[in-house]
Amino acid sequence: MTTTNGSNEAIPTLQLLDPQGNRVTTRGTKGYRDRAAALTAEDLRGMYRDMVLTRRFDDEATSLQRQGELALFAPARGQEAAQVGSAHALRPQDYVFPSYREHGVLQVRGLDPVDRLRFFRGSDHGGWNPNESNTAVYTIVIGAHTLHATGYAMGVQRDGTPHDKHDGTAVITYFGDGATSQGDVNESMVFAAVNEAPVVFFLQNNQWAISEPTTRQAKTPLYKRGEAFGLPSLRVDGNDVLAVYAATQEALERARLGKGPSFIEAFTYRMGAHTTSDDPTRYRTSDEEEQWRRRDPIDRLAALLRAENALDEDFEAEIKAEGDELGAALRTGVRALDGGSAVESTFDDVYATPHGVVAAERAWYEAYDAGDPPASQYAIADSAQGGAR
Amino acid sequence: MTTMAERTHTTSSDAPDAASGTKTLTLGKAINEGMRAAMRHDDKVMLMGEDIGPLGGVFRVTDGLQAEFGEQRVVDTPLAESGIVGTAIGLAMRGYRPVCEIQFDGFIFPAFNQITTQLSKIHNRTRGAIQMPVVIRVPYGGGIGGVEHHGESPEALFAHTAGLRVVSPSNPQDAYTMIQEAIASPDPVLYFEPKSRYWGKGSVDLDTAIGTDTLNAAHVVRQGTDVTLVAYGPSVATAIKTADALAEEGRSAEVLDLRAISPIDTAAVVASVRKTGRCIVIHEAPVFFGAGAEIAARVTEECFYALEAPVLRVGGFHTPYPVAKHEHEYLPSVDRVLDAVDRAFAH
Repeated sequence: MTTTNGSNEAIPTLQLLDPQGNRVTTRGTKGYRDRAAALTAEDLRGMYRDMVLTRRFDDEATSLQRQGELALFAPARGQEAAQVGSAHALRPQDYVFPSYREHGVLQVRGLDPVDRLRFFRGSDHGGWNPNESNTAVYTIVIGAHTLHATGYAMGVQRDGTPHDKHDGTAVITYFGDGATSQGDVNESMVFAAVNEAPVVFFLQNNQWAISEPTTRQAKTPLYKRGEAFGLPSLRVDGNDVLAVYAATQEALERARLGKGPSFIEAFTYRMGAHTTSDDPTRYRTSDEEEQWRRRDPIDRLAALLRAENALDEDFEAEIKAEGDELGAALRTGVRALDGGSAVESTFDDVYATPHGVVAAERAWYEAYDAGDPPASQYAIADSAQGGAR
Repeated sequence: MTTMAERTHTTSSDAPDAASGTKTLTLGKAINEGMRAAMRHDDKVMLMGEDIGPLGGVFRVTDGLQAEFGEQRVVDTPLAESGIVGTAIGLAMRGYRPVCEIQFDGFIFPAFNQITTQLSKIHNRTRGAIQMPVVIRVPYGGGIGGVEHHGESPEALFAHTAGLRVVSPSNPQDAYTMIQEAIASPDPVLYFEPKSRYWGKGSVDLDTAIGTDTLNAAHVVRQGTDVTLVAYGPSVATAIKTADALAEEGRSAEVLDLRAISPIDTAAVVASVRKTGRCIVIHEAPVFFGAGAEIAARVTEECFYALEAPVLRVGGFHTPYPVAKHEHEYLPSVDRVLDAVDRAFAH
């Protein structure tokens, strides 16, 4: 398959499943086809389940935002194959550094769906303990987390972690087309390259950085950014869950084996708005949206499963019921989130060890809140306060 | 800055096998010995920075450390400050204690985003699940005849950010103790090194116990009764010289070395000013929105009835750091501090 990126130049793109759900056999892709072929019907159904539930999560969260229960939400609609396919290639010991739209990755990592909305509720700046799932919390400053991923991978190297394609440890970081312009993303590839750090740079090129098309970020295909730093780099059809899975598995194994970093560009599309505050009708056409609707990643996998007799009504009903359960759990769970007491939420964990300024301000606020503000805001004993000379 | 690097070769490579006893060291060498002790104590401690390996840093503060601890623990990084701090954050998440060297004060700004939006907030963002034991060493301050970006004092920008600790030693003993306490801290610490004092010598007890005192508590350098001179880092020496001059005039100055501006030891400042009734704050950074403004506000609120004069500040101007030919007019000199003391006594 070839696709275009703001120009008529044909760009090599790995595709193992065409938009109609047919397996594709192209010269030079045997290694990837073998990886996809190793997926059992049960594996594929697991991916399908995660993709459908990710979209349901999107729909439920968007509704909750419309009802005023979330401050904001950033939907992942359209990117389910890129996220679920790549995350299915991860092993538990691998560490994930997401951006803020990787709801499909979090679904696969098994994070509590309510926790995944704490940030958007405005009750938490994070939402979960990263070390329990080897999955960092969302980072909002574009691209900043890619350096953390590279640093973490440098730590994995220093730990003397075994080089083994299953038992080694890899790190993966997710970012978007807009992020490729950030200095931090480029610096993270410099550091990863010179250290041969076990990190996979997973770019979801969803065509739009809020209102700016990819042509405002680059004049060359984005996977070439990785190449320029000396990283093995590949562009895959990001709506093809098989290609995404195979390419990511290959890159993760390279990392776990101690063979250094890789770069994957998943060419996909953000079918929804940037966030619930965005209005895509101001910057893109409905024709374009319709064109990508015909390439919906979930429909594509469903077609494959049907063709291979792996999707029946019972399974669809099972996923539907699971989705209904997810929706109900979100509606109840999200409304119950309040972020704890104001004092604790604001003053706890600013520092790991006592800090005089925070301690004094907290003490003053607690007394003020109790209706008894002390004279001093600085927790200074007042005995000498009146000591005029 | 080749010429400066040559000129600043101060540390020797004949380090003791095991640090113990009391030695006379320069401030730069004291930091070097402090890092060596921390690295021997905890193999998760590592150093990252530009030219810190075979060269030993442009000020030679890391001299000999790569030879002792190897390239995995003393890392010559790519020339990218945001990358240094950003990867240090990831290393800290994996259990390491990175000590980053920013080559000069004026070069910290490419890392400003990582420091203020990430390093300072990750402990809070994860509700305490992840600590950030990262130290960022910054040679700062003027007085060495440097070119642009080589004489600045940006500490207030970091003190204004919650989640960071901001400290600056003024003497070799504190430099030795404070770098170890900074490395042991589970919180990120900006460790500002007074580069004009790198070559000043002092006695250092290499067996000093490491706690948390120097990151939190100011230190009374000299007792006095008539005026309190509050300073930190390179300005402490200026305060001491001023106190000497005042003694000749028959005025007794108390000199307080803050050591930290985040947190700020308000109680120590207030206790001193309640005694003396006068307070002069000295720092090289611009006084406009500087640490002195914060101290003046706190002292005014806590010591209003004990004050004989308004709190005065002596420091840099609201201008770009001047060219080397004129930096000594910009920097707070003994004469300018004496002028402030005269103004305080005129009230």
